[in-house]
Amino acid sequence: MLFVQNIVSWSILLLIVSGAFTAVLNAKAAKYLSTIVIALVGVMNIFLLKYFLGGGESFTYSMGHYGAPAGNELRSGALEAAVSIVFCFVMLFSLIGGRKHIEEDVKGKKQNLYYISSIFLLCSMLALVNTNDLFTAYVFVEINTITACGIILAKEGRQALAASTRYLIMSLVGSGMFLIGICIMYGATGHLLMEPIREYVLTNIEPGSREMLPVQVSMALFAVGMALKSALWPFHSWLPEAHSSATASSSALLSGLVLKAYIFVLIKIIYRVLGIEVLSGNPIFDILLVFGAAAMIMGSVNAIREKDLKRMLAYSSVGQIGYIYLGIGMGSAIGIYAAAIQILVHAATKAMLFIASGGIMDVSGGSKKFKDIEGAGKRDPFAGAAFIVGSFSMIGIPFFAGFVTKYTLVSAATQLAGWRMYLAFIAIIVSTLLTAIYYLMAIAKLFGGENNSKRPEGFKFNIGYVAAIIIFIIANIVIGLNTDWLINLVDLGFSMFA
Amino acid sequence: MNYLLNNLPEYSAVICFAIGFSILLLNRNMIKKILGLGIMDSSIYLFLAVKGYVAGTVAPIVTLAEQAAGVDTTLYTNPIPAGLVLTGIVVSVSVTAILLALTVKLHEEFGTLNIDEIIHMVREEDRRKE
Repeated sequence: MLFVQNIVSWSILLLIVSGAFTAVLNAKAAKYLSTIVIALVGVMNIFLLKYFLGGGESFTYSMGHYGAPAGNELRSGALEAAVSIVFCFVMLFSLIGGRKHIEEDVKGKKQNLYYISSIFLLCSMLALVNTNDLFTAYVFVEINTITACGIILAKEGRQALAASTRYLIMSLVGSGMFLIGICIMYGATGHLLMEPIREYVLTNIEPGSREMLPVQVSMALFAVGMALKSALWPFHSWLPEAHSSATASSSALLSGLVLKAYIFVLIKIIYRVLGIEVLSGNPIFDILLVFGAAAMIMGSVNAIREKDLKRMLAYSSVGQIGYIYLGIGMGSAIGIYAAAIQILVHAATKAMLFIASGGIMDVSGGSKKFKDIEGAGKRDPFAGAAFIVGSFSMIGIPFFAGFVTKYTLVSAATQLAGWRMYLAFIAIIVSTLLTAIYYLMAIAKLFGGENNSKRPEGFKFNIGYVAAIIIFIIANIVIGLNTDWLINLVDLGFSMFA
Repeated sequence: MNYLLNNLPEYSAVICFAIGFSILLLNRNMIKKILGLGIMDSSIYLFLAVKGYVAGTVAPIVTLAEQAAGVDTTLYTNPIPAGLVLTGIVVSVSVTAILLALTVKLHEEFGTLNIDEIIHMVREEDRRKE
């Protein structure tokens, strides 16, 4: 075994240990420890990705050297490594960019608790991305839910309290469905590891036979459970409250990362546990396609009606999650490529927009209502620039990150047949237009008005915030300029996936 | 009918799951929601435990006493579901604890346990701010 292959388990273990250790530290030490550890894990994963790009094979890491069927396994390939890197660095810069708000919103002595939550959140997301075992996935799904609830609650207030309760209830409904899906799958196949399930289904279960029924039912339960947890329309009702009432870093993490981790688990289940060929023609794909298309349109319609910047961004997330499900629902390999690309791109873009919205609130007297933020783009040019780049990326203008999603999604849609193709195209076109409308409306507000370019007295830019915004902007433009590289990376990742 | 009787534990687990699931999703009272969560989780553990049980076999712990007594130790119940149930119980205990803590906080803040009323109150406050 190569040395570099230890990185997967080391990053998870390092995060668990440092998360536990943070409990006894004071706020300042916790801040530095979390920054260092998250950056370290990100750099370690870069080495892992370099190994894969240099021709390394994907590998399975047996925890404690206990093999299948009883052991617990991690697995890594180019796609897992890439998603881990994006998660680590988006987390790092979201925390740095929203540091000022964390220090204001979270009561003094509780600040280290915020860092514990965020370290465990990253830990659970990396475990979800890399695990090869369904039950481990369930345990980390629950850890993810609890820590996400923790970072919503960090900003005390009635709204955050009600929002996190709703979030927790909807999440628990989703994880209950996920768990019973795992149990049915275990009853039907006798395995929990992903590859043995796949082998068993391929060799022992004839397509269309009665034994296939439990497998299909558990697939439906996985899909609906994960859809509930990742706020697919019409299960999104908890999302705008939760994402808009939290502190800036929390919103960025929740919208940018937490939703994606669940979707990545679903992609793994579709691709690795059952395989597209086994599932082809399964009605669950059509359901995801229809709801994904509905989410794209309804999320955007709701975003247009919002008069609150962060709620608008939250509804925009509902729409963007719809793009991912539209890609998954196409039921083809290229559709899932598009979904994976959207996961990476949206993580980078939406986190930037939420951090920028924190900066906008700073120069607008703490308000996030549209009537108060007029001209905020002039008062805080960094947030203004971030909003322009982020909006162009979300609309899908070439040379910005979002373009690559639209491009792959449209090329995936051309391969569909009949009503599915019409639905996908109508959804993409309508949603793009609506997205353009509400983001341009927001930009018009941010740069509109007169005599409002004066900053509040004594206002100073936080250096971490400025650095985070600049790095996010650069990342978005670099992704937009290297479309082919990203598509090749995802292609390589999926070739290692099965 | 025979089919039903052979799979009785599975059927009861699924019925309990449906009951707990609907209470968790639809009931307005926070405490009842938490009870629903408990029913839902327990039913899943029943389902798992039943899946691991093989009739007429011993526990997967073989001691000399059992071998001396002439018990057939080649057949044993599957230990993995039991392990999964234990892990699942730990998870659901921690989740229930958090939900209960949130409920206490909600009652302190809003003076009610009805989640619909709470959402309504929050929305009203938000509207008044504008």
